[in-house]
Amino acid sequence: MSKLLEAQSVSKTFGDFTALNNVSIAVEKGSIFGLLGPNGAGKTTLIRIINQITMPDTGKVFLDGEPLQRQHIQNIGYLPEERGLYKTMKVGEQALYLAQLKGLDKAEAKKRLLMWFERLEIGDWWNKKIQELSKGMAQKIQFVVTVLHEPKLLIFDEPFSGFDPINADIIKNEILRLREEGATVIFSTHRMESVEELCDHIALINKSNKILDGNLNAIKRQYKTNTFEVGMNTDNIPMLERLLSEKFTTSPADFKTLDNGLKLNIKLSESESANQLLSYLTSKGEVSHFVELIPSASDIFIQAVKNN
Amino acid sequence: MNHLPLIIKREYFTKVRNKAFIIMTFLSPLIMIALFSVVAYLSQLNNNKQKNISVLDYTNEIKTVFQDTKTIKYTVLDNLTLEQAKAIVEAQESYGLLYIKDFKPTTGSMPIEAKKNVDVEFYSAETPSLEIITGLENKIEQRLKELNLKSKGVDIATLKNAETNITINQENFTGEKTSKADSLVKLIFGGAAGYLLFMFIIIYGNMIMRSVIEEKTSRIIEVIISSVKPIQLMLGKIIGTTLAGITQFAIWILLGSILMVIASLIFDIDFTQINTPQQDLMTQAMQNPDSNTDAQLFISAFFNMPLANLIIAFILFFISGYLLYSSLYAAIGAAVDNETDTQQFMLPIIMPLILAVYVGGFTVVGDPHGTVATIFSFVPFTSPVVMLMRIPFGVPIWQQILSLLILIGTFIFTIWLASKIYRVGILMYGKKPTYKELLKWIRY
Repeated sequence: MSKLLEAQSVSKTFGDFTALNNVSIAVEKGSIFGLLGPNGAGKTTLIRIINQITMPDTGKVFLDGEPLQRQHIQNIGYLPEERGLYKTMKVGEQALYLAQLKGLDKAEAKKRLLMWFERLEIGDWWNKKIQELSKGMAQKIQFVVTVLHEPKLLIFDEPFSGFDPINADIIKNEILRLREEGATVIFSTHRMESVEELCDHIALINKSNKILDGNLNAIKRQYKTNTFEVGMNTDNIPMLERLLSEKFTTSPADFKTLDNGLKLNIKLSESESANQLLSYLTSKGEVSHFVELIPSASDIFIQAVKNN
Repeated sequence: MNHLPLIIKREYFTKVRNKAFIIMTFLSPLIMIALFSVVAYLSQLNNNKQKNISVLDYTNEIKTVFQDTKTIKYTVLDNLTLEQAKAIVEAQESYGLLYIKDFKPTTGSMPIEAKKNVDVEFYSAETPSLEIITGLENKIEQRLKELNLKSKGVDIATLKNAETNITINQENFTGEKTSKADSLVKLIFGGAAGYLLFMFIIIYGNMIMRSVIEEKTSRIIEVIISSVKPIQLMLGKIIGTTLAGITQFAIWILLGSILMVIASLIFDIDFTQINTPQQDLMTQAMQNPDSNTDAQLFISAFFNMPLANLIIAFILFFISGYLLYSSLYAAIGAAVDNETDTQQFMLPIIMPLILAVYVGGFTVVGDPHGTVATIFSFVPFTSPVVMLMRIPFGVPIWQQILSLLILIGTFIFTIWLASKIYRVGILMYGKKPTYKELLKWIRY
């Protein structure tokens, strides 16, 4: 697959402060790319550079193989983290204005807006003022405005903040649908569960450096520790626990079960396989629970930032 | 992609459709006229009240000059002591008592130096107004002068007869005739133009600033500048707000003049009755019995001015001066988060403006082509106001062009500067910037 967006060795400093240090990312067409990092890591600066709001000191950005230029703005839809709308303007008027700024002509913009408003069931808001809407309602309008000009690249910075679970789900499905229709998405968030659900590929930025970059599953494989969560029922729990801790590296585990059996995390060495462990366990008692511990995006995030 | 017209349109229509704006547009002239009417009415009331002044004249020769006027009624008291007179005046609640003592013994050894002189005192419940005291002093001085002249054998009638009134006919070397009325009209015209610009900058500069702050606080700014260049947004804002301002000003002037006519017809208030310093100046200039009627004189004075030059210069200086200041207002709006933080940055903007109005007010009146007035009509931050005040008096074209070029150069510079601050500032939240930080932003 070809790359829709490539940032090559991008650096940016503000006075003495380095916001980005030699950061490169590549976003494949049709993928959902998670741009992660703690607060103040430089994510927003990178996103602003992609949107040509700020210029990089060094480094280049390519969109679809071409160096980034002013007219590419029409191919990008950006939902910033700090977002809002003119409070005293009417919803429809405002959406039309913002769509026209993205290069749509008025009639086309209106047609598409009506379609979107119907799809999100917000058609009767057209003549309301923004200040009459709730935060979540305003967020919906912002989402529509971001995607209205059907850009090739969509950039969402914390898209779900301010939404209740039902609306967050609606927006999530819309993002997935847009991807089906061929859009590429860069997705910046702190909510690891949505990273888990949506992202194919992640890059982690910490203290202005990129510290992790790759396919989400590959990274998970790289971060997994060959640890298994085990639940066993037996007559003599202390004896089994001693037996297992002598044979393997164990640690106490905590998960929900229906009975009060033995719960342990068992870490295997490189040479041991899951099958070997399982057959050993079945010989010692009844196995009620056996799961490989796969690191969550959240675990990876915390570990990578700590190690950095 | 040029979004400028779109931005201007939005800025204009949101301003013009804003309820507060509409109310201000139609209410302000009403309030102004109401205020003017009250002032005019009150000053008429004030003038109509006659004041009683009692005169106790021990010389018996001065009291004849005290003729009743529209504002002062004189009562001459005879054969009373000072204490008695005071008691009477106090009981009658008169305005005051003028007490003229008997002639002082003549001083000077030579007869030619001997002259009559008196000591005068004035008793009143409140401190008397300067106007009344000066009036009384003048009357007594005049009378003493006559008495002294008479005692030296000068016939007062002959002296009065010998008095003449001179009006200097002014003409410049190219043959254009001017008069004192001309100077006055020029002064009024220049002053009005300068003051108009001053007001316009303050009112609509602030409006631009507020609209930038609004975009920041509503957090829409990042959405917008991912589609538009910040400088386009800034210029669109300035132009859109200016157009809204011009609309408002035009309505004000139109509505104001209509209401003025209506008010003066209904309430029979003569607006020329409002005593302003300018009016005093006007009456001074008009004390000229041999000239044409006032209106004719002023109309001719108006057309004596270099009108074409005036109008073109007014438009150019007004626009450039306004752009210069409004770009700075936009930059301030971008630098801060809320209106209360703007104070520290307002001073450097307001200072040159006020300086310009004062320099214009004092030096141009004194000497429109003097060194100070000339210098300040070239300094870019004061030049729009001062030059607009000077132009009616005839400023060489090369000076006007040079001043305009300096001004345009400066406003291009300030717009560049402002756009730098704007570009960085609109994305900065949470902290109150210092001047040092603003300098840093310019270098980003």
